[in-house]
Amino acid sequence: MTNSVPSVPVVPHRSLGRRILDHWQIYLLIMPAMIYFFIFYYMPMAGLQIAFRDYRVTKGIWDSTWVGWKYFQKFFSHPQCWKIIRNTLGLSLYTLATFPLSIIAALLINELRSGVFKKTVQMITYAPHFISTVVICSMINLFMNQSTGLFNNISEMLGGSRVDFLGNASFFPHIYVWSSVWQDLGWGTIIYLATLSSVSPELHEAAYMDGANRMQIIWHVNIPSILPTVVIMLIMNCGRILSVGFEKIYLLQNSLNLDVSQVISTYTYELGLLGGQYSYSTAIGLFNTIVNVLMLVIVNTICRRISDVSLW
Amino acid sequence: MKAAIIRRTRADKVFDVLNVIFMVLILLIALYPLYFVLIASVSDAYAVAKGQVFLWPNGFTWESYMNVFKEPRVWTGYRNTIFYTVVGTTFSLFLTIPSAYGLSKKSLPGKHLLSIYFLIPMYFSGGLIPTYLVMKDLNLVNQWYSMILIAASSVYNMIVTRVYFQSNVPEELYESARIDGANELKTFFAIALPLVTPIIAVMTLFFAVSRWNDYFNSLIYVTKNDYLPLQMVLRSILLNSQTALQKVDTSSMDVDAIKNAARLAYMAEAMKYALIVVSSAPLLVAYPFVQKHFVKGMMVGAVKG
Repeated sequence: MTNSVPSVPVVPHRSLGRRILDHWQIYLLIMPAMIYFFIFYYMPMAGLQIAFRDYRVTKGIWDSTWVGWKYFQKFFSHPQCWKIIRNTLGLSLYTLATFPLSIIAALLINELRSGVFKKTVQMITYAPHFISTVVICSMINLFMNQSTGLFNNISEMLGGSRVDFLGNASFFPHIYVWSSVWQDLGWGTIIYLATLSSVSPELHEAAYMDGANRMQIIWHVNIPSILPTVVIMLIMNCGRILSVGFEKIYLLQNSLNLDVSQVISTYTYELGLLGGQYSYSTAIGLFNTIVNVLMLVIVNTICRRISDVSLW
Repeated sequence: MKAAIIRRTRADKVFDVLNVIFMVLILLIALYPLYFVLIASVSDAYAVAKGQVFLWPNGFTWESYMNVFKEPRVWTGYRNTIFYTVVGTTFSLFLTIPSAYGLSKKSLPGKHLLSIYFLIPMYFSGGLIPTYLVMKDLNLVNQWYSMILIAASSVYNMIVTRVYFQSNVPEELYESARIDGANELKTFFAIALPLVTPIIAVMTLFFAVSRWNDYFNSLIYVTKNDYLPLQMVLRSILLNSQTALQKVDTSSMDVDAIKNAARLAYMAEAMKYALIVVSSAPLLVAYPFVQKHFVKGMMVGAVKG
């Protein structure tokens, strides 16, 4: 009987270091990325301590005077502080509210019968994603211009009146969010279309046999099958709750809309790189990152409890 | 029974028709702004400003393009961006593909720790100023290689590539390669790489797009005029001269001078459309070639890590 037991070679328990050495060639392949991440991500993390120090160029990151929470207190007692946080959160939540649009678009693209038309829809709706933020912002400026802009030309042709979109701060959030929807609606469908393409056709046939119509199949088969992906995407979006697109906001900012367009990232840029207040700016940035991580952990925990889907 | 089927197909037909109409609408919304930029770029400057361009070019002319190419900054920006894109994308692939392969190996010791090492920066980072200070200490600011070394990696792309390796290179192949005596490096280059060319194409495109369109990093790390990429040049031309029209000072000019100044201002406006076309065309022409791999590359597991 002893012969039927597969002869497992006795592997002596060896240390991790020893086993890594045995696979040195794979580690050689990973090494460039490891070094890169160390220099470009982990070294700056060590630099975060200047949020608690009075950074002086002459003294450097490690030797500047320790000041504790000074710069955090400075930020929270700043009269602009809550306005900036509110602006950031507002734009972020508004963007999050458009999150379902890509899901709906993906569900509808998935229903298209003609393969050629489907491919065409995908190709054309991806196009805006490949345009740079600088170009998007200049298109916004060109199209929304009060005297020469396309939007105003069209609305005037239809009997409307010319509107100063760029000079009126109340338009800013809408311009910011809906131009992003235009740019990334199609691109956002890819992840859901990938999931939908892996739904087994038998599931559809079975539902069809049971008398389900198209809407019912979408509702009872397709949506449940992309739900885990939706949850994951939602968690990841919540982990960026205070990170709104710096490039676009910075490029669309002008003196007329600053009241609603000043956000944490543009403020830290102005203060830090342009103003030279390195420690103060780092403290605000650190606050931003910590809120993001906290949100990620909280939302992830909630999702794990109620839906069994989570990032980790 | 039969009636039920007919009724169902009728509902389906209505659904299909509405769906197609809706999609056509989406197509128009996605495409028209791009199409308008294209026709405005070859239209007469005055016609564009007066709102006489809607569906086709008005007063066809290459003048705007001539003006774009007369601008030396555009040439420098273009040259720099091509250099940053080609060399930078190569560097990014060098960082991403081999490490994704390594992490896809089931038997890799220390794999869990490595994954955590690569995942942490996805959610937690030093932020703007600490990163800037480290780059400055390492003499990476305002150098010809700044834009190549900075922002060269993406955890997300690494994960997507890793999942692709896992689901497209069968474990048995590694096994037989090992039995045949191939070492790990040989297995990577001769067996795994040829099987994942689609994801390499996708990654090349992704990295090239972020290099070509990058504005943020050049804003922070490059100020020397000679090193400015196209996006920085675009910004200074497209967004800073937006008041050209308003700058025309009519109080101190005679009629001809005003007309001439207005004409120049209109031309500056029209030139922007040509500039947008010139700077965006390379990517818009390139992505359809890789498009068929997008969906396949983005497997579900890719997001989860």
